[in-house]
Amino acid sequence: MKVAHKKALFDPLFNDNPIASQVLGICSALAVTTKLETSVVMSLAVIAVLALSNFSISVIRNFIPPSIRIIVQLTIIASLVIVTDQVLQAFVFDISKQLSVFVGLIITNCIVMGRAEAYAMQNPPVDSFLDGIGNGLGYSLILLIVGFFRELLGAGKLFGYSVMPLVTEGGWYQPNGLMVLAPGAFFLIGIFIWLLRNFKPELRET
Amino acid sequence: MKQYSNAYIIGFAAGVCLICSIVVATSAVVLKERQDLNKVLDRQKKVLIVAGLMEEGQTITADEVQQIFDDNIRIRAIDLQTGDFDEDIDTVIYDQRKATKDLALSRVAPTNRAGITRLPLKALVYERFSGDEIELLILPIEGKGLWSTLYGFLALAPDTTTIEGMTFYEHGETPGLGGEIDNPRWKSLWKGRSAYDAQWQPAITVIKGAAGPAEDDPYRVDGLSGATLTCRGVSNLVQFWLSADGFEPFLAKFRGERSAV
Repeated sequence: MKVAHKKALFDPLFNDNPIASQVLGICSALAVTTKLETSVVMSLAVIAVLALSNFSISVIRNFIPPSIRIIVQLTIIASLVIVTDQVLQAFVFDISKQLSVFVGLIITNCIVMGRAEAYAMQNPPVDSFLDGIGNGLGYSLILLIVGFFRELLGAGKLFGYSVMPLVTEGGWYQPNGLMVLAPGAFFLIGIFIWLLRNFKPELRET
Repeated sequence: MKQYSNAYIIGFAAGVCLICSIVVATSAVVLKERQDLNKVLDRQKKVLIVAGLMEEGQTITADEVQQIFDDNIRIRAIDLQTGDFDEDIDTVIYDQRKATKDLALSRVAPTNRAGITRLPLKALVYERFSGDEIELLILPIEGKGLWSTLYGFLALAPDTTTIEGMTFYEHGETPGLGGEIDNPRWKSLWKGRSAYDAQWQPAITVIKGAAGPAEDDPYRVDGLSGATLTCRGVSNLVQFWLSADGFEPFLAKFRGERSAV
């Protein structure tokens, strides 16, 4: 694999993570991470949308008139999101019910627009496609970490399977109610950003 | 920077829109059938769960659901105001929630505390039968909780007052607080309690704190801590659907016919 490709794919995981270092896409990261299962599906949906939108925008990047480029990007992204939502409804109906409006809100996820405008408009399709996957993975990484801790501490479960039996169901674990509410995700993301910047000081803003 | 003519810009925009709309329309049409199947299947599963024919979270295939449903459950349409059966409605395709929004198929609801603004003219009831005997009446219920409209089912024994089960299949309450209405332990507290008092007035209420066992304390259900408003919504909506504006006319007729036999 070429160095540039590798960079496009793996940089967004830690060095330039869209959530932790660019602080984009926070709102959906709070909303869909109460359970691991929804986090996984949301991650896959975002990766698919990001990769395909980056790819298709990159293919036509030399033909897009600059005066309407944002709205062209949005049209493409919106269409891809609708298709993704339709696919989820058809194949994983239960989860799509839980994700409800947040799949549609991928349109407004700053990561997607941000990568289209900042990367796909200047780079060839394959690089853009990989950049999309990379950024999607970076987003997924945070989502999965947050989802893991929120489900474990908030409900004593992982993927719906009981790991720490709850007091209310005859076990010993008193669930942490903060974790199931949005502020719980704020704390977790905050801790993650702090850890990342602690170990990678070059990410700190001066 | 390269200059583009207006004609090019408009043409380009139209081209992008055309391609995108084709992609979206194709996916919607191709997947429609599957999605509709999923919706029907989801509703059938919830009915089976509240009817006690299937466990929550149990994974069974679509065909099995269909099989169990067809063998045990009969759907019938009723006129909500009179309580009479309406045999003209095709219960397979009739969508009560859609009808509630259709001006021609619904009416303005009387003032109520369940946050219901329109009522469908015809409602579906599900009957669990074995042979000719009706074992369970399953009534669709809905109403406002704290944040969202709750949609669910209430299962009554043939005496029309003993509650056999209660479940919500769709809501948007806070997970961990109001969302605990999905908790199987809480739902099991409803079983065996009485919906109506001796005068046939809706009596079942969710209280704050803990209620006694079903035999001693038949009209009250434990509240969920941290979910006072959701519980109040559940009380109001269950009572609404048991009242004269809800299923009471149908249930009264049902009782009448049974005692006549």
